[in-house]
Amino acid sequence: MKFLAKVLSRYVAARSSKYFFSLRLCGVARNQIRSKSWSMIEIKNIRKSFGDNVIINDVSAVMQSGKCNLIIGTSGSGKTVLMKCMVGLFEPDSGEILYGGKSFTDMDKEDRKMLRQQIGMLFQGSALFDSMSVEQNIMFPLDMFTTKTYGEKLKRVDEVLDRVNLNDVNKKHPAELSGGMKKRVGIARAIVLNPKYLFCDEPNSGLDPQTSLLIDKLIKEITEEYSITTIVNTHDMNSVMETGDHIIYMYQGIKEWEGNNKEIIFSKNEKLNKFIFASEFLQDAKDMRMLEAKGKIDNNRNMDELLK
Amino acid sequence: MLKDMFSRPENAKMYWKEFMHQCSEIGIGSLGIVIIISIFMGAVSTLQTAYQLVSPFIPISTIAQIVRDTVILEFAPTLVCIVLAGVVGSKIASELGNMRVSEQIDALEIMGINTKTYLVLPKIVAALVVIPMLVVISAVLGCLGGRFAGTMSGIISGSTFDKGLLQYFQPFNVFFAIIKAYTFAFIISSIPAYYGYYVKGGALEIGRASTKSVVVSCVMILFADYVLAALLL
Repeated sequence: MKFLAKVLSRYVAARSSKYFFSLRLCGVARNQIRSKSWSMIEIKNIRKSFGDNVIINDVSAVMQSGKCNLIIGTSGSGKTVLMKCMVGLFEPDSGEILYGGKSFTDMDKEDRKMLRQQIGMLFQGSALFDSMSVEQNIMFPLDMFTTKTYGEKLKRVDEVLDRVNLNDVNKKHPAELSGGMKKRVGIARAIVLNPKYLFCDEPNSGLDPQTSLLIDKLIKEITEEYSITTIVNTHDMNSVMETGDHIIYMYQGIKEWEGNNKEIIFSKNEKLNKFIFASEFLQDAKDMRMLEAKGKIDNNRNMDELLK
Repeated sequence: MLKDMFSRPENAKMYWKEFMHQCSEIGIGSLGIVIIISIFMGAVSTLQTAYQLVSPFIPISTIAQIVRDTVILEFAPTLVCIVLAGVVGSKIASELGNMRVSEQIDALEIMGINTKTYLVLPKIVAALVVIPMLVVISAVLGCLGGRFAGTMSGIISGSTFDKGLLQYFQPFNVFFAIIKAYTFAFIISSIPAYYGYYVKGGALEIGRASTKSVVVSCVMILFADYVLAALLL
């Protein structure tokens, strides 16, 4: 009897795991699983060092769901390392990363795999596969994780390419694209599986201000459209003002300030102010904004007159 | 790294595609150089053996026997694999190194793919399948090259060479060559994969990793060659 019960329970377990595996491969079912699981990202007392060099020291924060969360700071402040810790590319020395209350470090391999399939990431250098065309690059996650037909996959590729405002590049290789186009293909690849989280590591690096603005707007729109929790690493102030629903300022591996793009201008934090108003022009602009807020500037006056 | 390679594939079809791609890259990609080396290797062996066999008491067909055994036992597996360590090894190391440096491996990890299983395992398995085939082709072409050089230079006639090839033939030698080929195939693919996968830095480091992987592979091939000869012969 015991033996029969054991056999039966094993059979049921095998069937359910098989069923679960088949669900994993099915795009629609993925969303059902997804909706039940992780939602909010919380980082608790993260510390990461390389040798004696402490890169991140006791950083805690909660990333707001469905919003654009920005991690800003000067080069070498630990933004990228923090982001890589969050997605599991680096293991933190101590502390926890929680996805919907579940510790990422404590997750088993399967759970990690499942979670990672809900993460899209745009890398600093785009990280497109050189040997593949744009179409193949974007289709790759679909090939790997769905059982869609080639036609369906192609349709989805066209959809996301259209979403990032790229047309007629399907057959081109990454080497034939400009920096801005590569970033957009990177975003398209990151969102092709409808991820729940979008991580962008310096999406504007190496781009001209106009293209940067385009990428910022795109990230913001995608975040709102798909209700994605987006985390962006940047030191570009345009991005901060454009997309910063929630901003974390890092200074030498420590979280120095937290707020949003409306508060940041009026922050009293000296280190943050030094970072934001690095140029005289921005400092002047800030002074003017302060005066304007106090009612000392008449907005109807000529700009040239103001600058005098 | 080898332990982590064995995990359930996310999509078996994609892994099969990658395996076939690697078979083509390693096998077809190296076929040209293997053909050239093998023919010349056999040809030079014939000429040099004939040059050393000055005694009239040794039958001329012995040249074919010597060429056959040298090619099968040593030249086809060892020499070809040393060349392949340069051709295939540097390609594997630089490909993985470039993927690591340009964050392509990280991108795959983020997608939830076991990169060691997807990137390294197909390369090693493909090498294990294809390189022994290349060694067999090399042995055959080596003998043909020797025959061609012998007849062209008038040292030995075609029929005498063929007769010599069949004399005192030991099938174990072929088995030994295949064992060597499998061992060397593993060395050629796994060592460069290790150096390429764990590269840190930029373009300079990729070059260094590639060179180092070829050097280490070659040394390991020679060492394994000696160990196998000592154990099996």
